[in-house]
Amino acid sequence: MEITVLQGLWFLLIFVLIAGYFVLDGFDLGAGILYPFVAKTDEDKAVVRTSIGPVWDANEVWLLTAGGALFAAFPDAYATTFSGFYLAVMLVLFSLIVRAVAVEYAGIDRKWRKVWNALFFVGSLLPALLLGVAVGNIYAGIPLDAAGNYAGIPLLGLITPFTLLTGVLSLVMFVAAGACWLSLKAPLGSSVRDSAAALRRPLLVAVLVLFVLESVMGHFVVQPDMFAGLTAVRWILAILVVLAIVGAAFFCAKGGRDGLVSGGLPAAQAAAVTKSDLAAFLCQAAGCFLLVMLLAASMFPNLVVASAGSVGASITAMTAGSSELTLGWMTGITCVGLPLVLVYHVVIYRTFRGRVDLAKVHY
Amino acid sequence: MEFLSDPVLLARLQFAATAAYHFIFVPLTIGLGLIMAINATRSFRSRAPEDEAATVFWVKIFTATFVLGVATGITMEFSFGTNWADYSRFVGDIFGAPLAAEALLAFFLESSFLGVLLFGRGKVSPKLYCASAWLVWFGSALSALWILIANSWMQTPAGAELSADGTSAVLTDFLAAALNPSLVPRYGHTVLALLVMGAFVAMAVAGWYMLKGRHAQFAAKTMRLGVVVAIVSTAVLLGTAHSSAVVVSEEQPSKLAMMEGMYDSEVPPLYAFGWVDEQSQEVVTPFSIPGGTSFLATGTWDTEFPGLNELAQTEQFAGLDPATAPVNFVFQTYHLMVAMFGAICLICLLALIFTFRKGKIVKMRWLQWLCVISPVFPFIAIQAGWFTAEVGRQPWVVYPSMTSPDGVSLLVQDGVSASVSNVEVTITLILFLAVYLFLLIAWARTIGRFIKEGPAVKGAPEAGAVAVEEVLVVDEGAAAAPVADASRKGGE
Repeated sequence: MEITVLQGLWFLLIFVLIAGYFVLDGFDLGAGILYPFVAKTDEDKAVVRTSIGPVWDANEVWLLTAGGALFAAFPDAYATTFSGFYLAVMLVLFSLIVRAVAVEYAGIDRKWRKVWNALFFVGSLLPALLLGVAVGNIYAGIPLDAAGNYAGIPLLGLITPFTLLTGVLSLVMFVAAGACWLSLKAPLGSSVRDSAAALRRPLLVAVLVLFVLESVMGHFVVQPDMFAGLTAVRWILAILVVLAIVGAAFFCAKGGRDGLVSGGLPAAQAAAVTKSDLAAFLCQAAGCFLLVMLLAASMFPNLVVASAGSVGASITAMTAGSSELTLGWMTGITCVGLPLVLVYHVVIYRTFRGRVDLAKVHY
Repeated sequence: MEFLSDPVLLARLQFAATAAYHFIFVPLTIGLGLIMAINATRSFRSRAPEDEAATVFWVKIFTATFVLGVATGITMEFSFGTNWADYSRFVGDIFGAPLAAEALLAFFLESSFLGVLLFGRGKVSPKLYCASAWLVWFGSALSALWILIANSWMQTPAGAELSADGTSAVLTDFLAAALNPSLVPRYGHTVLALLVMGAFVAMAVAGWYMLKGRHAQFAAKTMRLGVVVAIVSTAVLLGTAHSSAVVVSEEQPSKLAMMEGMYDSEVPPLYAFGWVDEQSQEVVTPFSIPGGTSFLATGTWDTEFPGLNELAQTEQFAGLDPATAPVNFVFQTYHLMVAMFGAICLICLLALIFTFRKGKIVKMRWLQWLCVISPVFPFIAIQAGWFTAEVGRQPWVVYPSMTSPDGVSLLVQDGVSASVSNVEVTITLILFLAVYLFLLIAWARTIGRFIKEGPAVKGAPEAGAVAVEEVLVVDEGAAAAPVADASRKGGE
C-alpha cells in the first residue's frame, strides 16, 4: 500500500507533537523528580514550583494534543495502544491528575503540604518512566490479535529488558532536562541552583551511555527491520543527538565552573553563567527533540509494531489512517492552530524569562 | 456484585464517574471565568485596590478549581482509547478531529494565559493582565464548543457515511458533521447553564459575607454582578432549553419517550413530577397537563409522538429493548432538571428585586441564606441535564437519529475495549473513586479557606482579615480601619 502525502505528514506531525511534549513537559517532570533532592527547605521548594508554575500546564497540553491528533489521524493506533497499555496508561493518568493538583496546592494548602510534595514527586516520576516503557513497546513490537487488539499479558507483559531500558532512558533524560531547567531558573548561588547544576553533567553522561545502549540493542537485537530508505537520515540524527548532548555537557562544565562560586557574583559573570546555562538547556532540549525524530525515522511507517508470531499485522500510517478528507481538515486546523500555539509559548516564556525571584511573585 | 461481571456496565460506570466529576469543575471554571474576567476589567478601569483585591480573589478560586478540571479532562480524552477502543475505531475519522482541535485551539490558549494570570501580576502590563483573564475565559468557552461538537455528533450524526466494510463511520462533509442538527441549541443550553452556575456561586459568596457582616463593599458589588449575569443567562437559557427540547423531539424519539415515560405512542402530557412504573409501563403522577409536552415541542396540543414499544418495532430503533430501557432514570433526571430550573428562576428574581431596590438584601437574612445555598440548584440541574442527555441516548453510543446517515450508529456494547478485562476496569474504577474523593476534599477545604480569608486589600495586613475584624469588634471606635471593609461593618 502506497503512503499518501497526508498520511506521511501526519506520521511526522504525531512524532513532532510527542517530541514537543517530551522536550517541554520533560523538563518540568524532571524538576518534579529532583524536587525532594535539590530543594530541602520550603523556600527552595517554592523556587522549584515557581520556576515551572506558569508553564507546566501548557507543556502538558502537548500530550493532550498528541493524544487527540493520534485519535483523529490514526484511530486504530490510538485504540490499540491506549486499550492495550491499559494499566500503564491509567498509572500515567493517575500520576498526572494528582501531580497537576499537587503543583498548585503545595503552595496554597499548607496543612497538607507534605502530602502534596510527595504526590508532586511520585506524579512526576511514574510518567517519566512509563512513557519510555510505552515507547519501547510500540517500537519493539507487541502481540496483536486479528482485530488489532493487544493480545499479551496486562502490564507485566509490557516489561522486557529493552522496554525497561527505554523507560530508564526517558527517565534519566527528563531528570537531566529538569536539572538543566533548574540551573537556568533558580537564583544564582541558591542551593537549588548549585545542586541542580552539579547533577547535570553526570546525568547527561548517563543519557549518552543509555542512548548508545538503547540504539545498539534496538538496532541489532530488538528491531533490525527498519525502513531502508531512511538509513542515512537515522545515522545523521543519531550523530546529531550525540552532538547535542555532548554540547549540553560542555556548556554545563562552563557554567558549572563559574556558577559554583556561590553568591555575590559580579553582574557580568552572573550573565555569563546564565548564558551557558541557557545554552546547556537548549542543547539538551535539541537532543531530546532529535531523539524522538530518530525514533520516528526508525519506526516509519509503523505506528505500532506487531511482535514476531503475532496474529495481527503491524499498524501503519497506511492502515490506521483516517480518510484524506479528515486529514486535510486536520492539516488546515493545524495551520491555524500551531502558529498560535507558538505565539502563546513565546509570550509566556518571554514574560517569565530570567531567574525566579520569590519576592516578586504576587500570588 | 453482579455488575462487576458486565464489561459494558463497568466501562459505562467509569466513564460516567469521570464525566460527572469533570463536570463539577468545568461549570465552575466557565461560569466563574466570566465573573473573574469582569472583575479584571473593572480593576483595569478603576485601578482601585478593592477591585484589584476582588480580581485576585476570583483568580485564586478560579485557579484552584481550573486545575481539577484540567486533571480530570486528561482522563476524559484518553478514556475513549483505554475503555472504548472499538468505539474509537468506529468514530475515529470524525470524533478525533474536534478533540485534537480542542487541545490545539483552546487548551493551549487557556493554559498559557492562566500562567500569566497567576504569576504575571506586576510582570505584564495591566492591559495584558486584563486581556489574559478574558483569553482564559474565551479559551474555556471555546473548548466547550469543540467538545460539544464531538458529543452532539454522537447524538445527531451528520456529514458521514458507513464505510464500505461497515466497520467505521467515514467523514463526507466536515462542516455538516461539526454543525450537526443538535450542536447549536446544545452548546447554547450548556454554556448558559454554566454561566448561571458561576453567577450563583458569586451570589453565594456575596450572601455569605453579608451574613457574616464582612467585606460589605465586595459583597454588594459581587451580588449585583452575580444577579445580573444570572438573570440574563437564565432568560436566554429558557430559549435554548426550548430549542434543545425541540431538537430532541425531532431527532431523538426514543430519548423523548424516555424523558416523558412514553411506552406507547401518545400525545405527551406535561408532568411536573411522577414515577415511571417500568413493570406496568405507566407514569404514576397526581396531575398532568394533557398535551402540554406536545405543545412545548411543536406548538400544537395534539401531536402524537411514538412510544418505546412502537419505536422498537422499527428497523432504525431495533436495538431498543423497552423492558430494559432506563426509562424511569431518564424521566427523573429530566424532571429534576426542570424543577431545579424553576428554583433558579425564583431565586434569580428574588435576588434581583431586593438587590436593586435600594440594596434591601443586606438586611434580609433569609434571602442571604437562600443565596448561600443557591449553587446547589444549578449544580443539580447541570448534572441531571447531562445524565438525561447521555443516558437518554442508550442503548446507543452513536445514536441513530432521524436525519443521521444510514448505518451510522453504534450500540454501546459494540464500543468497549476487547483487550481490557473486567478486573482491570474494576481496579481502576475503585482507584478513580478514591482519588476523586481525596481531591474533592482537598478542593473544598482550599476553596473554603479562600472564601474565609476573603479578598485582601493591598495595604491591609496580610495575615487574615478575620483576626483584624475580631480586634475591631472589641475596639470598634478606636480602630483606624486598616481593612476597608471591616470599618464599614460599624453600620450594622
